[in-house]
Amino acid sequence: MTFEPGDRVRVLPSAKPGHVRTPGYLKGKSGWIEYMIGEFPNPEELAYGHSGLPERPLYKVGFLQPDLWDDYEGHAEDYLYADVYEHWLEPGEGGTK
Amino acid sequence: MSDHHPHEETTMSPYAARIRAIEGLLLEKGVLTEPEVQDSIAYMEARSPANGARLVARAWVDEDFEELLLSDAKAAASQLGMEPEHPAEFVVVKNTPGVHNLIVCTLCSCYPRAVLGRPPDWYKSFAYRSRAVREPRAVMREFGFEPPEDVEVVVHDSTADVRYMVLPMRPSGTEDLGEEELASLVTRDSLVGVNVPRL
Repeated sequence: MTFEPGDRVRVLPSAKPGHVRTPGYLKGKSGWIEYMIGEFPNPEELAYGHSGLPERPLYKVGFLQPDLWDDYEGHAEDYLYADVYEHWLEPGEGGTK
Repeated sequence: MSDHHPHEETTMSPYAARIRAIEGLLLEKGVLTEPEVQDSIAYMEARSPANGARLVARAWVDEDFEELLLSDAKAAASQLGMEPEHPAEFVVVKNTPGVHNLIVCTLCSCYPRAVLGRPPDWYKSFAYRSRAVREPRAVMREFGFEPPEDVEVVVHDSTADVRYMVLPMRPSGTEDLGEEELASLVTRDSLVGVNVPRL
């Protein structure tokens, strides 16, 4: 499914093995779509010598730091962006900046 | 393998030895050629944080250029004679009085190499990669920068196909400085966001 800026999303808590570009600390966490960066060959396929086609949409996804870490030391308004492929996202209920 | 680098035998680390062995095999099997290896070294050595400093200094003195840098960083770099061509996107994020940006790659060591060259060793360390996302303010403090109380810290984890660079704020008291002098204030650390330029 396609997402729009501002949509709340959750990163799938998948334990997919091998080469993935979704860091573990974001799995299961919720945030918001900042914007779609573009479409790129899927790096999870490229890593094994495949074409990575069809290209996958890549989003800049924001997360409030307190939603990532229970003991976050900084400000409640601090946030983090990561670039996450669409197949790692589902609709969610995260906080937003 | 030792044909190419015999003088280094005694001081080579195990990692360097492994790389030399792989390089030797790739050459022997014809996957790579020596000129390709040399071209690749020359490519990387032609790039440095000085490129980033030039981009920042130009943006500080030229609003139109700043706009281009923030909307199409590769076009801006090309305009200054750099060769930013790379399969990955290049995005510049701007510090403001309300927002301070910090760049990290938690998965490996993604860095805008096509413009800035090789990242510093600490950027690739497990300590930086794990702490920058979890306690960015503590990390910056250790680099000698304390973000003001009312500033939001925004971390960019370059997990995929974008390489990020920070456009820091122009320090106050630099109104009379020329572009070249301004560029000399822009450190590599300030392009990653662990610190800021100072007069």
